[in-house]
Amino acid sequence: MAEIRFEGAGVTAGGRTILGPTELVLREQRIAVIGGNGSGKSTLARLVNGLVEPTVGQVLVDGLDTVRQGAQVRRRVGFCFTDPSAQLVMPTCVEDVELSLRKRLPRAERRAAALATLERFGLADRADVSVHALSGGQRQMLALAGVLAVEPDVVIADEPTTLLDLANTRRIGDLLLSLPQQLILVTHDLDLAARCDRVLVVEDGAVRYDGAARDAVADYVGSVV
Amino acid sequence: MSFLDSLGVYRPGNSLLHRAPVGPKLLGLVVASIALVVVRGPLSAVLFLLGGAALAVVARIPLLQVLRALRALLLLALAVAALQWWSSGLERAVESLLDLLTLGLLGLTLSHTTAVTDMLDTFVRWITPLGRFGVDAERVALTVGLAIQSLPATLTLALETRDAARARGLRSPRAYLTPFVIRVVARAHETGTALHARGIGD
Repeated sequence: MAEIRFEGAGVTAGGRTILGPTELVLREQRIAVIGGNGSGKSTLARLVNGLVEPTVGQVLVDGLDTVRQGAQVRRRVGFCFTDPSAQLVMPTCVEDVELSLRKRLPRAERRAAALATLERFGLADRADVSVHALSGGQRQMLALAGVLAVEPDVVIADEPTTLLDLANTRRIGDLLLSLPQQLILVTHDLDLAARCDRVLVVEDGAVRYDGAARDAVADYVGSVV
Repeated sequence: MSFLDSLGVYRPGNSLLHRAPVGPKLLGLVVASIALVVVRGPLSAVLFLLGGAALAVVARIPLLQVLRALRALLLLALAVAALQWWSSGLERAVESLLDLLTLGLLGLTLSHTTAVTDMLDTFVRWITPLGRFGVDAERVALTVGLAIQSLPATLTLALETRDAARARGLRSPRAYLTPFVIRVVARAHETGTALHARGIGD
């Protein structure tokens, strides 16, 4: 597993602290980040692949600085958003996966690799379908396929099941938790969080609890009720 | 399949135009677009439209898809033609109407027979020599690809915003246009963030 190290990393914007200086070392395979809306969960996740730059401290992924070596970090760390619509930028499913593979494979190999990825995610029959014609679950699955096609070491999923129905929530959740990659899962789904190896509870821009899944989830539920 | 779903979407096939190399097809579209502007008169406009229709037949685009695409475009073309009629006369209006429909047909034919990723590869090949002047070929090609994709995405936002305004009982154009523009800008920002996250453009 990759070693993700927060060294006093924090983010302030407009005089407001989004995430206070944070010290963390993440080595576990499945890490959940839970907490209320606006607590700083997404900011913490976005710091890991350089989507958000720390205003203090630094974040390192296997020793690579997410600011100075951002491109290298992003090759190792894939990111999946809550709303897949913004993430899908090509007209059809196979073309969107091909876009991810542009820098990895020569042109002649891309189409076959993209089709194989779609097959893996149960989207083979949707290859030439418009991304706008997909259901919400299929879109999220395609967004994940686009991320995983380049075989990152770490996958960050920022509330990937929030817009999905129960069946798709389970399907995407099971898929994420079965990945061989290291997973950082930002979620409001406490059942999913409880299946992770480590859970961070974020509140008011700080990691308030950090520990085993059951204890952390219980602590969070207790703090809310 | 709705019109929205078929916009700019490549359909694999074995027609002559499917098998034709991407470069000549792109250049053909550019040349045809220039010719449409340069060659004047309603007769030439009719001939261009017939030529566009012939290419759509060669590409084996289902008639229903063509009609749906033209129906959506027709609203815009009629508005432009009305303006032309008012400012330059009937002959010019007819010419504008037919030229716009021809351009729509040619665009539909190109997107139906050519994958956007293949177009990107072709653009990259064409632009790569400009690298010595600081032009990032991948980035330029990606911008073109995004422009092609942005049409259905923007239409989706327009329809969603219109429905949201109707649901709230709002009928004024401002109640529709203001949130629409804001959503388009926000979506562009989100797309930029997503591309950044995927390492595309790094």
